[in-house]
Amino acid sequence: MNALDITDLTVAYRDKPVLWDIDMSVPAGTLMAIVGPNGAGKTTLIKATLGLVRPAAGQTLIFGRPYAEQRRLVGYVPQRGSVDWDFPTSVLDVVMMGRYGSLGWLRRPGQRERALALEALEKVRMADFASRQISQLSGGQQQRVFLARALVQDAQIYFMDEPFQGVDAVTERAIVALLQDLRASGKTVVVVHHDLQTVPEYFDWVTLINVRRIASGPVAEVFTEANLRATYGGRIAFLGHSEGTGDRVLGTGKRGLGTEYAETANAD
Amino acid sequence: MSPQLEVQLIAVVIAAACAIPGVFLVLRRMAMLSDAISHTVLLGIVLGYFLTRDLASPLLFVGAVAMGVATVSLVELVSRTGLVKEDAAIGLVFPALFSVAVILISRFASNVHLDTDSVLLGELALAPFDRLILLGLDLPRALVVGLGTLLLNLVLVLLFYKELKLATFDAALAAALGFAPALVHYGLMTVVSITAVGAFDAVGSILVIALMVGPPAAAYLLTDRLSRMLALSVLIGAASALAGYWFAAWLDVAIAGSMATMVGVAFLLVYLFAPERGLIATAARRARQRWLFAEQMLALHLLNHAGTPEAAAECASDQVGEHLRWRPVFAAEVVRRAEQGGLVRRQGPMLALTERGRALAQEASLR
Repeated sequence: MNALDITDLTVAYRDKPVLWDIDMSVPAGTLMAIVGPNGAGKTTLIKATLGLVRPAAGQTLIFGRPYAEQRRLVGYVPQRGSVDWDFPTSVLDVVMMGRYGSLGWLRRPGQRERALALEALEKVRMADFASRQISQLSGGQQQRVFLARALVQDAQIYFMDEPFQGVDAVTERAIVALLQDLRASGKTVVVVHHDLQTVPEYFDWVTLINVRRIASGPVAEVFTEANLRATYGGRIAFLGHSEGTGDRVLGTGKRGLGTEYAETANAD
Repeated sequence: MSPQLEVQLIAVVIAAACAIPGVFLVLRRMAMLSDAISHTVLLGIVLGYFLTRDLASPLLFVGAVAMGVATVSLVELVSRTGLVKEDAAIGLVFPALFSVAVILISRFASNVHLDTDSVLLGELALAPFDRLILLGLDLPRALVVGLGTLLLNLVLVLLFYKELKLATFDAALAAALGFAPALVHYGLMTVVSITAVGAFDAVGSILVIALMVGPPAAAYLLTDRLSRMLALSVLIGAASALAGYWFAAWLDVAIAGSMATMVGVAFLLVYLFAPERGLIATAARRARQRWLFAEQMLALHLLNHAGTPEAAAECASDQVGEHLRWRPVFAAEVVRRAEQGGLVRRQGPMLALTERGRALAQEASLR
């Protein structure tokens, strides 16, 4: 069974479509990147899947059932900038919030939740920061706290909105290793990603979207120059590569082999 | 109980009741909704009065709370059009509703006890005259209402602490986990409305705003835990209420105005003297960092020039400031501090780094 099935999904803000008739599936146990230019609807895709925005048409199913019935199977890492980091609370407290879903209304977090949260902080190497006020964290540390919070959800499928945004190279490696651990233990991870260069190295599946779904499938099959061009239009620069090779697969699992490409600064 | 004691008790209870939902308003950046709600509840009271022709009817209370919640919806409705920002929407909605209430009162109810002055400022000094019997006790009505509101707020916050915290910190996660942040939001707004109505009779709408916003804003500067922020808000609110009462008694002025003033004074004191985030602590920290940075510059300079041919000029204690383009007084002070801190020592006319100074310079050079 697929971990995620999206069929005919359209999301619009008023009459402006942000996602236009998206179809895609993610098999269980894959580590998938969602890439596309700014304003392509990547975040909206996650939000629609989690019921945070109401689709105009279509549906998303998590392991074959609507999200509302499968909340407990889903972990969520929102964009780091979406919360107020001056909020008066500690690192441990934020991580425990990941357990609130299993606790349900009214029940309070206790020893078990503390232990799970500490364990998750250990995994992201933030245990020493457990009692810190969250405003004292750097960007990379904030990201790891959010990751720990998703880990304690103990989900089957994780949605992460730009977990590498504003983190240093060391933290990025640590996060990637963690994501690959999750996949190794059979979890599905869907990541909104910005850095095209690292897609073949980090992920095994990729979905390219720009309001429409351009392509979705194993990186080796769909992460092609033609698809990237279709996704990014003229806003992508291919470096050190002659044009017109059609469907040549870019990247072979290691960085810097053959083709180098980068998203140019786009002006929307 | 003497009337003086009763007035103080009412003031403390209402201050505590207002501080609790106020914490969440401040953290959600919705402090000004308390302004809107505390005014528009008047329209609810007026409409309730027209329906019942009875100032003591519980329907007035229900109408006021409903109007408070309706205000929040209206503000959302207006700002969701995308044509005006939320703060402007608040400024559009509540004066409209409030002025309708004022017009209705002055046109149709001028003979009734519903005057606009007492709406703004309350009449706390008169509260002990309006009494009721509860459980065989003869109590001021405002005290009973205040205690009821405080109890309600305490119970709700204790029950829904986790939900309120999550929905305030991360509404998206709250929604994803199934905690219906919209429900939490409107629940909170209902509580704010109930508190505003309960407090409004005794202390007027201006003081309701002061008590909902001031103590939480001060507590926010004193702690970094939500539970402590709640407790401190209640304490600061209660202390301001008492101080306000005695200030008013001393100067023989309006109690509500004097309480609001004390809330302002309490905030000012915290703003200045808060141990970590206060103005003075921040300034002291900046000053310390400035000296520390200057000492690092000095140490790095000495490290770079030690043992070089120009060291005699660069590292001489009376010339080092000139080379760094520092004013002589500043340079002398930096050298004095560095010496005192064991970072440098004098070797004849020269300054030399100690082991600690060298370590500091090396650490600084890595940045």
